[in-house]
Amino acid sequence: MLRRLFSVIKKEFLQLKRDVRLLFVLFFFPVFLLAIFGYAVNFDVKHIKLVIYDQDKSNVSRDFIKSLTNTEYFDFAYYISSEREINKLLDNNDVQFVMIIPNDLSEKFYSDKEVKIQFIIDGVNSNTGTIIKNYVTAATATFSTKLQSEVLAKKGIDKFESMKVEPQFWFNQDLQTTKFLIPGLIAMILIVTAVVSVSLTLVREKEKGTIEQINVSSLSSFELLFGKVFPFIVIALTNAALILIASYFLFGVVVKGSLLLLLLTTFIFLAAATSLGVFISAISDSQQVAFSIATFVSLLPATILSGFIFPIDSMPIAVQVITNITPAKFYNVILRAIILRGVGVEAFWQQIIYLLLFMSFFGGLSILINKRKMNAV
Amino acid sequence: MKKIICFIKKEFQQFRRDPKMFAVVLVAPVIQLIFLGYAANLDVDKIKTVVFDQDRSYESRKLIEKFSSSGYFQVYDYAQSYDEVTDLIDNGKVILALVIPTDFEKMINKNETASVQALFDGSDGNTASIAAGYMQNIVSTYAKEIIVKRLNRLGMKNIPAGNLTTEIRVWYNPTLKTRNFMVPGIVGLLLSVITLILTSLAVVKEKEIGTMEQLIVTPLKPYQIIIGKLVPFILLGFIAVIIVLTAMRFIFNIPVKGEIVFLFVSSFFYILSTLGLGLFVSTISKTQQQAMMISIFVVLMPMVFLSGFAFPIENMPPIIQIISYVIPLRYFIIIIRGVVTKGLGFAELWQNAVVLLLFGVTILSLSSLRFQKKME
Repeated sequence: MLRRLFSVIKKEFLQLKRDVRLLFVLFFFPVFLLAIFGYAVNFDVKHIKLVIYDQDKSNVSRDFIKSLTNTEYFDFAYYISSEREINKLLDNNDVQFVMIIPNDLSEKFYSDKEVKIQFIIDGVNSNTGTIIKNYVTAATATFSTKLQSEVLAKKGIDKFESMKVEPQFWFNQDLQTTKFLIPGLIAMILIVTAVVSVSLTLVREKEKGTIEQINVSSLSSFELLFGKVFPFIVIALTNAALILIASYFLFGVVVKGSLLLLLLTTFIFLAAATSLGVFISAISDSQQVAFSIATFVSLLPATILSGFIFPIDSMPIAVQVITNITPAKFYNVILRAIILRGVGVEAFWQQIIYLLLFMSFFGGLSILINKRKMNAV
Repeated sequence: MKKIICFIKKEFQQFRRDPKMFAVVLVAPVIQLIFLGYAANLDVDKIKTVVFDQDRSYESRKLIEKFSSSGYFQVYDYAQSYDEVTDLIDNGKVILALVIPTDFEKMINKNETASVQALFDGSDGNTASIAAGYMQNIVSTYAKEIIVKRLNRLGMKNIPAGNLTTEIRVWYNPTLKTRNFMVPGIVGLLLSVITLILTSLAVVKEKEIGTMEQLIVTPLKPYQIIIGKLVPFILLGFIAVIIVLTAMRFIFNIPVKGEIVFLFVSSFFYILSTLGLGLFVSTISKTQQQAMMISIFVVLMPMVFLSGFAFPIENMPPIIQIISYVIPLRYFIIIIRGVVTKGLGFAELWQNAVVLLLFGVTILSLSSLRFQKKME
């Protein structure tokens, strides 16, 4: 049995070797994608253009503007001189927000009154909008407190800060979003390679009719499936290694945890993903259909439902249940634990068990379907 | 002309025979829309928080209550030791740990500054930074409350100094829901997928099965074959757009605020580019497998990621920003968001439409030339 298995694997490798273009796509593009996406995929909101309609032009307003531009969040762009300009600026995406300082800022503040500074934010990109909202609220509060304490000190009142909090960020001190997204990118690239290419190769044999030749050979359906799938697991593992090396050199992502554990879990994940690919090939008759199903169940869930970009906790419960259809979800948890936090198997043993169950379920199901089809022939 | 119509008819018949394919084209848009609409959510609320309250005083309980009643934080657990806190963060169970020191109330009563520790799991930088913003707000509001109370006791009504506050107005998407940002973009995404991938596949399939040669020996001219192959996908693309816009309106209650006719015209300009790209892919691939891989990995994914569909272009490094200028989807996404969310139209967005048209004409004619050459 082993010898037969070995021959199938060899045949598959030979066939792959002949398809140079496919090999090129399989090897080169994962790394290429990582490079492009690694730079593009990023939610860091910094150096936001600051456009100001300063009606006061007092010391207070100038100090306030300076306090904003001294941070890395805002870069001074220019002043505008009428409210009418705001419409056009926001409509054309020239700026993300505009600050309006009322003409009585200084006067009101020094007569102990409350002054409102207006911010008009473009909310189309809700995430950027929320972050800008938070920044300006915090910046205004800080500036206000500072100014108040100066005034109070002159009046002889010791301004007391009753409470303070210093946030500490673990694992990712400068809150770069790239570091968080790269593990997800790895999972996505791997699952697409595994599911799509495996299902396509298997269906191609069906489409070309060569599957019948194999069916009449003495191969069992397990040997056939395993032999077909094995080369792709090898390719995907190599891919994974290439991607990790690239993300170290390009983005400084260092694997904090155990590399061996990473290899092992990646192997389990790939086995689960390929079993899904095999299953798809079992239920589709043409490459076009196989491809559509494969992208649909691998690419889309791996991007949207895996927690790669969008936190699963913020989804409605029904969708949270659906997220279990993609092995990428579990692999993401594992990758982030190993790469970012450097913790051991105790943090993700449940995910490993799930991947194993997933693999046995779809692997078993496809062997069953294949057997039935072979018997029918 | 009659020849082309016959050819188009034949293409449609071929579609009809492949009902699975048809289902994929028509059902997939709605499912994608629902997925993206419900799952693509960056709104940060229900931030899982563990509280390690070493003080267990009136003031500390009050602070915790401020957190849990804010709507943003959800107390996941009360820890009894610091080790428990680190464990929960290490295992990714919570995003925030609030550590209140034993002298919290004492310091407040002594008119000194009490300090609170806030430990974040920063792995998800975006969530952590938004959560930190909310946290700062809650703490500083509560701190101010305490001070005002203190001044009241001293007989002062309010802080005897001015106060700067913010009045924030959010335009176009006042609730700042991610959904309103993501869902309109799906129109662009779907159009690209349907027109680009399916075109390249349909052409390569003929090559693979060997029927391409039969087509070549027919009296059809190469350009007629191209038109015949492309027209069905233009129609399918438009059907998908209509389905998505309708579903968007009725499922997510996102109406098209601006000029819908302008949106359709721009869609047509955009489709020219994607069809051209699809045709180009078909000229460089021999098998359907290659065509799919190339369309997805080389064309579609970079296009989607660099177009500003999900990730803001302003955040990207300058070089990538420059690359994004040659991506047609970038301009189409601006038009979609402009028309749907901002309520704009031709007057504000015409430049983007012109760029799309230029891209479309150039890409489609170059690919057609290449396709003709290959056929000869």
